[in-house]
Amino acid sequence: MNGKALPYLLLMPATLFLCVFFLYPFVLVVFEAVTRDGAFTLDNFRAMAGSWKFPATVRNTLLLAAIVVPIQLAMALLMASVVSRLETGRSAALYIFAIPLGISDLAAGLIWLAIFDQSGFLNTLLSGLGIIERPIMFLGYQSKLTIFVAVVLAEIWRATAIMMVILVAGMGLIPREYYEAAEVFGAGPWKRFIRITLPLLRPSLQTAIILRVILAFEVFAVVAALGGTNLPVLMGETYNWQFTLQDRNVAAASALLILAISIGFTLLFLRVLRVPKEARI
Amino acid sequence: MSAVAEAPVAATADARKAGDWLLVATTILLCVWVLLPIYLLIVNALSSPQEVTGFPKRFFPSFDLGSLAFFINFAGVAKALWNSVLVATLTMILSIGFGAPAGYALSRFDFPGKGTFRFLVLMTRAFPLPLLALPLAVMFIRTGLDDTAVGLALVHTTLALPFAVLITFSLFSGIPVELEEAAWTLGCTRWQAFRKVILPLALPGIAASAVFAFTISWNEVFAAAVLTIENRTLTAFLLQSLGESPLYLKFAGGAALVVPALIFIFAVRKYLFAMWGIANR
Repeated sequence: MNGKALPYLLLMPATLFLCVFFLYPFVLVVFEAVTRDGAFTLDNFRAMAGSWKFPATVRNTLLLAAIVVPIQLAMALLMASVVSRLETGRSAALYIFAIPLGISDLAAGLIWLAIFDQSGFLNTLLSGLGIIERPIMFLGYQSKLTIFVAVVLAEIWRATAIMMVILVAGMGLIPREYYEAAEVFGAGPWKRFIRITLPLLRPSLQTAIILRVILAFEVFAVVAALGGTNLPVLMGETYNWQFTLQDRNVAAASALLILAISIGFTLLFLRVLRVPKEARI
Repeated sequence: MSAVAEAPVAATADARKAGDWLLVATTILLCVWVLLPIYLLIVNALSSPQEVTGFPKRFFPSFDLGSLAFFINFAGVAKALWNSVLVATLTMILSIGFGAPAGYALSRFDFPGKGTFRFLVLMTRAFPLPLLALPLAVMFIRTGLDDTAVGLALVHTTLALPFAVLITFSLFSGIPVELEEAAWTLGCTRWQAFRKVILPLALPGIAASAVFAFTISWNEVFAAAVLTIENRTLTAFLLQSLGESPLYLKFAGGAALVVPALIFIFAVRKYLFAMWGIANR
């Protein structure tokens, strides 16, 4: 076999697959969003934005991301620092911290439902401690705030692991000598973290934040399990347009909005956290 | 003199000890944060239906299999479980079958177009991929793939393929090319050298990325719910019955999703960093 053709032959199946099932549907979704019955129109976007739920949907999704991602970043940094300092039990701690990585968002929603439900463990704990007399309805349609808090907690619980794993891998790339030098010059642990770890971790931070922000805009099953329709989010509304309202053009418009927001934020973080080539390790 | 010299040493030792305690305490706290919610779900799954809906709750399981028995015998659950396994297995085969050759090509050859391919693969991660299930739903109706395991597995493969490519790329890169060259000089063809020398070394890693692909499909909710109606997977089934199903069905279903995921993550724990660490490259 010709040696030059071999790499292309090996790449062909994956490339063809991605063209048919990634690039092509991507074009299709754009096409469906701006047409109706074959004619170009912006009505789909108007229908989407005209829905009475739309402002709340956008607000909830963005607010969730804005609250969840910074907390997760801080927790992931804490977990990664703890793991990189542990001497005994390091792999056990890593496995435990990484567990939520393998858990479905729907399962995560159900896990937190077990806690926040009216007959759930939080109410049991509170009444056991004598704080409340009768169980509180945390997830009812009138308690939007507690639904929001429950979703925030479930999201933090579920998706911090993905950032942690990226950051642990990134921390492993920072040469030990830097820390030793800093210690010789009298830098404490906090100073070493701020002056060495954070700046050198920038490429990993960038990857972790981008991935996590995109996932945050995709929040769907956690909200469905905890709030039902009481806390509308973009992905849930897209699902509604497709399924309940049977209007795939508006669903496509809604999908395009999520795509646009995701791409916008990806570009933003690529720019804000950009790493000059000469500063890479 | 010696007393003066010893004092700061003792102080550092004290500080170090305090730091160690803090480290251990933080680690334990974080482990509890991750494990406690899962434990509470398992308690619910291993309690009788009356206990699950009752109040107050006990914090220990009664090991009553009533909830689980109800779940397994509930109409549609056995089929949904089977569909989940089927789709995940197909996803695993497709993503390794397409991804591993590409990973090998990326690790062993330099050729024009390599950068473009890597960009295509990395780009998939900047998009909320489950959304692409919307336009594909129409395409599948035309081609007769709608509501089939194969159709859904194709969509799940777009999610899993980028990982399969990147993981196998890092795996093959870790195996010295000299081993292959030695086999060639001893008269092996390229294929024989790959099969007899490289494959045995890479097999555990390939198995791990296969498990990872399985997990991605097993956990996916949105595309599964959009693309299946009769042949629902477990996640789609649970999502669509959230509104009407009793609590004990939800919790037993959640446990059915979580327990295999725990095992999968345990099986691939050694490779988690190869999978996510390369995200920076």
